[in-house]
Amino acid sequence: MKQRRYYAAVLAGGSGKRMKISDLPKQFLMLEDKPIMIHTIEKCLLIEEFEVLLLGMNTQWMSYADDLLKEYLDPAQRERVILVKGGDSRSDTIEMILDHLEKHYTVDENSVLVTHDAVRPFVSLRILSENIEMSKMHEMVDTVIPAHDTVVISTDGKLIEDIPVRSHMFLGQTPQTFNIRAYRELYSSLSEEEVRSLTDACKVFILRNKPVAIVRGDEANLKITTVKDLKLARALLEGSDD
Amino acid sequence: MISQSIQLLYPNFFSVSYYKVEMKDKVLIRPDFLALCHADQRYYQGKRSAEVLRLKLPMALIHEACGRVVFDPSGQFNQGQKVVMIPNDPPEIVKGYYENYLEGTGFLSSGRDGFMREIVELRPDRVVPYYDIPEKIAAITEFVSVAFHGVERLKKLLPNEPNHVAVYGDGNLSFTQCLVLRYSFPNIKISVIGKHNEKLRLFSFVDNKYFLDQVPKDLSFEHAFECVGGEGSFDAINSIIENIKPQGNVILMGVSEYKGAINTRDILEKGLIFVGSSRSGREDFIKAAEFLQQPRIQSAFELILRYAGDVSSIQDIHQVFKEDQSMPGKTVFKWGY
Repeated sequence: MKQRRYYAAVLAGGSGKRMKISDLPKQFLMLEDKPIMIHTIEKCLLIEEFEVLLLGMNTQWMSYADDLLKEYLDPAQRERVILVKGGDSRSDTIEMILDHLEKHYTVDENSVLVTHDAVRPFVSLRILSENIEMSKMHEMVDTVIPAHDTVVISTDGKLIEDIPVRSHMFLGQTPQTFNIRAYRELYSSLSEEEVRSLTDACKVFILRNKPVAIVRGDEANLKITTVKDLKLARALLEGSDD
Repeated sequence: MISQSIQLLYPNFFSVSYYKVEMKDKVLIRPDFLALCHADQRYYQGKRSAEVLRLKLPMALIHEACGRVVFDPSGQFNQGQKVVMIPNDPPEIVKGYYENYLEGTGFLSSGRDGFMREIVELRPDRVVPYYDIPEKIAAITEFVSVAFHGVERLKKLLPNEPNHVAVYGDGNLSFTQCLVLRYSFPNIKISVIGKHNEKLRLFSFVDNKYFLDQVPKDLSFEHAFECVGGEGSFDAINSIIENIKPQGNVILMGVSEYKGAINTRDILEKGLIFVGSSRSGREDFIKAAEFLQQPRIQSAFELILRYAGDVSSIQDIHQVFKEDQSMPGKTVFKWGY
């Protein structure tokens, strides 16, 4: 059995439009005394298996992000972070990260990429470790939580077409973890239209009827994309015994 | 970085709290295996006084654990290194004094968060590496270190090696105390005095076993360890006073919430020394981690450990605490939170 290699990718392609409170992309907003992205990177780097962590960043924010990494990360941790230029979409950014990995590191049939949103700083070591464990048995792994609200389907946004069984509904989070070779192969088989339809990495496998395994996420592993999310994240940390 | 602590909010009720972890001077450790202690059960079941519960909760329980280093800015430990964690937090180390009794010494899981956390931050001197010990046994290093501390307290009082030491109690602490005594003094006679035949049967490495209500009239020993605790402590202490030789040392190890009557007349007449022994320090941890490397000792501990599986949700935590109440043995579980 060849040695398995694990790489982490933190995706920070956001340009700050959804937050509407500042021109600063949400991954750079402060949570306690550090930018959100730094909390996320620090947690991911605690996973010993990761050879390096690739930070996919919107081009215009590359030098700003680099300064933050220098300012906030411990020097030994900083050495394990590689800043990579991201693309216009999530899947473009993943492609560019994979290009970088294949050019500079060893990528073989046992190489796995654990992708995580920069704006999910509450990710736990359990979730990260379970993604790694599950990737030993499955080529694609997603992190999800059960849907507590009823999910309805409406194509036009006016009338409901269907109400699926709630216990079958889950909400996707990250990390999403995949075997790099398998992902590359499937991605290259997609039509342009299929590529445009991608909202996350799992869809690449779903479109080709490949199994995607599930890891139990956590409601606290929230994605900070709106002002309300940021307030919620700050409230969760209230009473922090620092 | 953000970490989480699973705190007992009030008896039978856990809640997750999120907090910021500094990455500057502490070693960060991910707990791997945890062991339950009676002290944790007393909080969980609300058996401490209302005043104590008000004062100490919310708090993460558990003070016995092994783990892996995930980050160490001091560079003393490697990422992934297996370690045991010392729950004592003394304000300073004072030469000639035990760290576990110093005024102002804190204890994790007594007034501050114990090891039921995602990540534990400790000063480098609160971390002891271990080698060649299965994790579920390494988890009880703190428990074993308490027995080493008891022996250390006795050794300080001994003019020469004793001939015969008695250990009162037949629970996990007594079992551990007897094993550590056997290791520390391979040639002495050890007698264990207990109440339960099925528990006493496991003490295959002692010389004599007696029931507390059938102690022979002529039984006599030089020193004794009281490992009973609770209401039973006082019967045990009075039996020790009756049977111990003059000028003997009595090491009190069992915790009791009660105050009882003891035969002070005979303590005076025999010139006995009573020593309170509680918790342990770094030196005791180092001895315990070395002791537990021996396959024969590991095999002995397998007899009293009860492995309760993986715990990665609050539901799992309740189950492990509830099962522990009705099952014999010392509960150890894998911590995956």
